[in-house]
Amino acid sequence: MDSLNVKKFLKFAGVLVILSELAAVVTGPPGNPTHPWVGFKGSIADPTSLLGLFTTSRGIVFLVYGVLVALIGYLLKTKNKFVIKSQELQRTVSSNKAFRIVFFSALGVLVVLLPTIVKDAFWQNAMVSQIAIFVLLALGLNVVTGFAGLLDLGFVAFYAVGAYATAWCTGALPLPALFGMHLNTFYAIPVAIALAMVSGVILGIPTLRLRGDYLAIVTLGFGEIITVFANNLNGVTGGAMGTAQVPHFSIHLGPIKYNWGIPPVPYYYLTIVFVGIFMIAFSLLEHSRVGRAWTAIREDEVAAESVGINPLKYKVLAFAIGAASAGFAGVMTAAQTNYVSPATFTLGLSINVLVLVIFGGMGSIIGVVFGAVVIQTVTMYLIHNPPAGYQPQDLYMYIGLLLVVMMIFRPAGMIPSRRRTRTHAPSASGQE
Amino acid sequence: MVYGVLRLINFAHSEIFMIGGFAGFFVLKYSIGDSTPSGFSSVLLVIVGILAGGIAGSLSAVVLERVAYRPLRKRGAPKIAYLISAIGASYFLINIAAKEFGRIGQSMVQPYTDHAVFTIFGAPVQMYTILILIVASLMFFALDRIVNVTKLGRGIRAVAQDSETASLMGVNIDKTIAVTFFLGGFLGGVAGFLYALNFGVLYSMGFTPALKAFTAAVLGGIGNLRGAVLGGLTLGVVESLSVSFVNPAFIDVVAFAILILVLLFRPTGILGERLGRDA
Repeated sequence: MDSLNVKKFLKFAGVLVILSELAAVVTGPPGNPTHPWVGFKGSIADPTSLLGLFTTSRGIVFLVYGVLVALIGYLLKTKNKFVIKSQELQRTVSSNKAFRIVFFSALGVLVVLLPTIVKDAFWQNAMVSQIAIFVLLALGLNVVTGFAGLLDLGFVAFYAVGAYATAWCTGALPLPALFGMHLNTFYAIPVAIALAMVSGVILGIPTLRLRGDYLAIVTLGFGEIITVFANNLNGVTGGAMGTAQVPHFSIHLGPIKYNWGIPPVPYYYLTIVFVGIFMIAFSLLEHSRVGRAWTAIREDEVAAESVGINPLKYKVLAFAIGAASAGFAGVMTAAQTNYVSPATFTLGLSINVLVLVIFGGMGSIIGVVFGAVVIQTVTMYLIHNPPAGYQPQDLYMYIGLLLVVMMIFRPAGMIPSRRRTRTHAPSASGQE
Repeated sequence: MVYGVLRLINFAHSEIFMIGGFAGFFVLKYSIGDSTPSGFSSVLLVIVGILAGGIAGSLSAVVLERVAYRPLRKRGAPKIAYLISAIGASYFLINIAAKEFGRIGQSMVQPYTDHAVFTIFGAPVQMYTILILIVASLMFFALDRIVNVTKLGRGIRAVAQDSETASLMGVNIDKTIAVTFFLGGFLGGVAGFLYALNFGVLYSMGFTPALKAFTAAVLGGIGNLRGAVLGGLTLGVVESLSVSFVNPAFIDVVAFAILILVLLFRPTGILGERLGRDA
């Protein structure tokens, strides 16, 4: 018995040391291509201050942090009451309707007033181009991955289709403009959404017969192919340079004349309106016959088929609907930045959107919006005020790590969907 | 391609490939520096590089299995969770390699002087080609024997077919899966080293080869080693031939188009068993 405890403790200590030093390496200085070990050595041996008390090597500092985190975790675990209380709180909060109405209306007011609170130009721009648009993308991917349980790694393709469709409609591409004239950007919205949905159907019909992992690879390939085409079809897409002539939005409706210019705030409101529309539409969908069919397919495709659900039809539908919101996000990006180029639509972006969905909670609309806002804000913060030694590309490292950690410890996300809570509850309690 | 055996695609395989490439690269770099050895020492160095790549690959594969797969298996997580966790791990590995080893590619130090050894129908056959042929066929025969003949291979196949029943029959699932990852990692690492010999090392070097390896495996029939070899050969020939017909920028599109066509019309591959839906 005693020796078992010792063994357990040693194992725990070993894991703790490895994790702490891994954290040291991850956050440490970058390596040097010609001297590969410099980065590792620097991460462990560089001097740094321990909680502002005294200076020692990074390896030791991170070990101390690791021990502290483990202690806090242990204390929280032994004080079970705390955990139970927070769970009860969560339950009352989520079941109390009046509270929810107040909470969400307060949140809504905050969202509307946000541009008057945040004056910084960087953040105002980030709110549109990096947060609101990613909320749209995450909402779209949530339909595919969250509702229908299909892992799509090429989601960025639909975003690209939306953006290029906008450029096409407004005559910004080398290709003759759609309908033969340079349309107002507003008219590009239905066209872009329709084209994105069509591409969703075209991609979906052959590939959605496949099992989950094959689907993931094929969609991954599709995302790459779209980039290859956008880069190389110079006569159609403008090649690697893309196009920088997409006009801003404008309204000429009788007496009302308004032009969206360079300032981001008007785009913010426009995007927010559409985020609202998509949220309501998707939440209605979730609780409709279609949403239930998606859930059934996600949980057990064979069983779903046996009760008369055509899996292929509903999966293609999920692809098309998810693509719609990505297509719209493409319109917004193109119109706000005037600019469409293949460099925007990378695999990294697809994975970035996937992280927003996973972090927030697959299948939970509120969760996904929360996840997108939180992660994109943190990302933007890191870009705006980079901590010492942080490189922009390091972000992807943390994103990958976050995916693994979420899958291991909280697969249902930060704000799990209610339907999922039920399905996940037994396995979660069985784990402890 | 051991992953076909476990009915589980490993998204991080491309990073195991990359790690193998880097391991071989550093070992060679530190053992020879700038000189170009010849004769017996080249042979020795190539073997050392292969071993370094293979061992690094298998170690990282085993660690990966422990961290990103085992906790999920213990919980009985849905399949999509494995995929996401593997993608996360793969993304993490790519980017930490980028950070530590630099974001620009490096060409490999050459353990031997590459030259045409002989010609067939006017085509020169390089030293490198012969090396790859030898190593690939050796590994193929070894793996084929392991999976089809040994007790271990029987265990792997049993777990692949029905892991619950296999565990009732006394097969240790955790151990078998770990060993499978070890073998697959070894092959991936060696492949990474061989690839690096010609193309140099880069943090994202694993991506395209892994996509193509997957295509090859599907083409030949997933879960079938001989099929994987056949698929790889077919894909290589088709790609090389298509260079003369399409713009070279679209070569990757060709591989992908083949993948979709195969999945659509013959999802079992050339030599494959059934797949498509989970049995």
